[in-house]
Amino acid sequence: MLNRKLQPEIVNAVDFDLTLKTCERFTLDNGVPVYSLNAGEQEVLMVEWVFYAGNWYEEKNIVAAITNFLLKNGTTNRSAFEINEHFDSWGAHLNRACYNETATVTLHSLSKHLDKLLPVVASLFNESTMPQGELDIYRQIQKQKLSVSLKKSEFVAGRVIDELLYGFEHPYGIYSSFEDYDALTQQELLDFYKKFYTHGNCVIFVAGMLPANIQSLLNQHFGSLPFNTQPLPQTDHVIKPATGRKKHIANDPNGVQSAIRIARPFPNRHHPDFIRVQVLNNIFGGYFGSRLMSNIREDKGYTYGIHSYLQNHIQQSAWVVSTEAGRDVCAATIEEVYKEMKRLREEPVGDEELQLVRNYMIGSILGDLDGPFQVISRWKNYVLNQLTDAYFYESINTIKTISAEEIRELAVKYLDPEAFYELTVI
Amino acid sequence: MITYNRFVLDNGLRVLVHEDDSTPMAVVNVMYDVGARDEDANRTGFAHLFEHLMFGGSIHIPDYDEPLQKAGGENNAFTTNDLTNYYCQLPAQNIETAFWLESDRMLSLAFSKKSLNVQRKVVCEEFKEHYINQPYGDAWHKMRELAYEVHPYRWMTIGKELSHIETAELSDVKSFFFKHYRPVNAIIVVAGNVKTEEVKRLSEKWFGNIPMGDKYIRNLPKEPVQAAARMLDIEADVPLDAFYKTWHMPARLEKGYYVAELITEILGGGASSRLYHSLVKEQQLFSNISCYQFGSIDEGLLTIEGKLVKGKKLEEADAAVEAVLEKIKLDKVVDTELMKVKNKTESLIAFEDMSVMNRAASLANYELLGNANLMNEEMERFLDVSAEDVYTWSNKIFTRENSNTLFYRSKN
Repeated sequence: MLNRKLQPEIVNAVDFDLTLKTCERFTLDNGVPVYSLNAGEQEVLMVEWVFYAGNWYEEKNIVAAITNFLLKNGTTNRSAFEINEHFDSWGAHLNRACYNETATVTLHSLSKHLDKLLPVVASLFNESTMPQGELDIYRQIQKQKLSVSLKKSEFVAGRVIDELLYGFEHPYGIYSSFEDYDALTQQELLDFYKKFYTHGNCVIFVAGMLPANIQSLLNQHFGSLPFNTQPLPQTDHVIKPATGRKKHIANDPNGVQSAIRIARPFPNRHHPDFIRVQVLNNIFGGYFGSRLMSNIREDKGYTYGIHSYLQNHIQQSAWVVSTEAGRDVCAATIEEVYKEMKRLREEPVGDEELQLVRNYMIGSILGDLDGPFQVISRWKNYVLNQLTDAYFYESINTIKTISAEEIRELAVKYLDPEAFYELTVI
Repeated sequence: MITYNRFVLDNGLRVLVHEDDSTPMAVVNVMYDVGARDEDANRTGFAHLFEHLMFGGSIHIPDYDEPLQKAGGENNAFTTNDLTNYYCQLPAQNIETAFWLESDRMLSLAFSKKSLNVQRKVVCEEFKEHYINQPYGDAWHKMRELAYEVHPYRWMTIGKELSHIETAELSDVKSFFFKHYRPVNAIIVVAGNVKTEEVKRLSEKWFGNIPMGDKYIRNLPKEPVQAAARMLDIEADVPLDAFYKTWHMPARLEKGYYVAELITEILGGGASSRLYHSLVKEQQLFSNISCYQFGSIDEGLLTIEGKLVKGKKLEEADAAVEAVLEKIKLDKVVDTELMKVKNKTESLIAFEDMSVMNRAASLANYELLGNANLMNEEMERFLDVSAEDVYTWSNKIFTRENSNTLFYRSKN
């Protein structure tokens, strides 16, 4: 007779030996480092060009983001339409994204078409013209988008919590306004482009089913561009956190939900507590079975979801609790968040819960290492944060061995309500 | 080419196995042949609410998530108008835990009152978060009601209104479960680092003795062919005018479906598409525009939607969209353009198939459509589409009588 009450025997995930596939590193003729991972079953690949061209380096708000966006909107030889048509014709996707320190261009393509795509990508780095017409259209579109986003309480909350944590003068805390878009000139974009792309600092990541000549292919198209010749400007950005701890914004008089953000500054990945706190964070609000989810969603039904996480910044991080809760249960939700902090400070986590979280985290990393794009993205994170795969093995080891008492001590150290900003936007 | 083995248990449960030893993980995907289209018009949102309740404990196991997480696994689920899908991924060594959990909740739920009370609230918050507290959040509620008169695609999976969810009773939950959540109405796909023989053994062991249940015979009202253009003009507190227009299109397995999908790519697939190039870049009428369809199993909606540049008129935008459609109805698409959208489709499929989880869900989806091997024939069907087909179907779909237009005006 089948005993349905009893869980079948499991192998504890902590008994698994996890290894991070090593990636190959080589250098193009101009000194650009390439991290490469040849793996995967499908005939697809991705190439990512990372430039140190984030808003860290801009002298005027949103110059970095707009330059990044307009990279593929016209070169000396091709119009925006022709560029898009070229990538679309080969079924490829060329995306770009701008972050704080870095800005990226990412190509996803079937492996067999790579050679047709690389020359056009290369032209984006030295022949982009940032046409005035494209800037005008994009400016208009972005302003309209902003007007819609500002209606959303979660969007407003996301901006303001960063401002509270870092100050509006800091690249992590600043955000865009209609005036910023109006004030932008084509020349500012071209200057930024020349300095941070054409003569910029670049790192390349490539993964998937790679052609045998990937090295020479990349070298042929990118190895003689004038990258990595100038040192990056030394820009010192000082963090100026807000003085008041609580803030409420009335955004929409008819809003039925409140966007809640409760956050505190937290050191970056080089701090020894960063890895250890990941375990505490999981227990607190990092997965579906977390304390915050179990209590505030699964027990009380105040919200569709509540999460906590550490921001992925290079200079300094923050520990954030984020949720959208019914307007009438907003105060009760916040109270429960603090209660869960208190419980973690006062009672050591039980063996069973800790074992579960260890297994969950290891299982989740194992699942996350599945596929070349996921693996290279982990490597990218390490490289950009000036870490090595030692960080990976230390994380695994910490998950497997951290004790309930250490976790409680971390809670005492960091889950102090007085250290958290509390923001509500309705 | 996705390889798989298929067998059917005595109770009608269909099991598919996709072996891939390049991953240390295993995926168990359970698909139930029930979606929002199977709901009563006065009890909408139920299939989706039910999906939440499936995590509220089963007859022998008080909590679904905990044992799975203990086994290093993760899971989620989603409901569409057509179907409900549950999936979990865990280290392959621990796969039996997934069988144990999934079979127990197929055997019977615990039907806990507390779970119903809480999940009603959670789903109401989900409703608010996505459809009330969002600008334009109700647009699709309105569009569906406009485009469908009798077919249950008239409502969204979240439901017509909060009250339908708030008043759901435990007795409704029970009858829904025993009607739809029976082995004979379910499909399991097990994928990843697994062996078919072992999956067979585990399937028999855990699912074999669950009572078969009655095959649910779907008998949905067929939407009559639309005979006249429909139009809805509304005003709300939103910053910009928005434009939505839909046309009825063929069902999932028909030839016309594949043509319609490529038509959406030609019109709205990315920055080199016709609508984007003409209306966003050249004429600067829209700040964004997209063209897509939902992949619905029954006759679906081909959609064009976008937000207008401030100061432009909706009537003007509508006319400009029609002009772009006129062109595809008049001139045959040239080979290079057709090749482009086929290449994009090929690439899209290749990227989708990268993850074992997607492959498992796709297999289940095609099995539900009637034949899992359709997954391997899909690209062939797209390649078969000719310029003539695009011409014919554009003329069939984009008629005035077949259209539903929603002008969503900004009050400000």
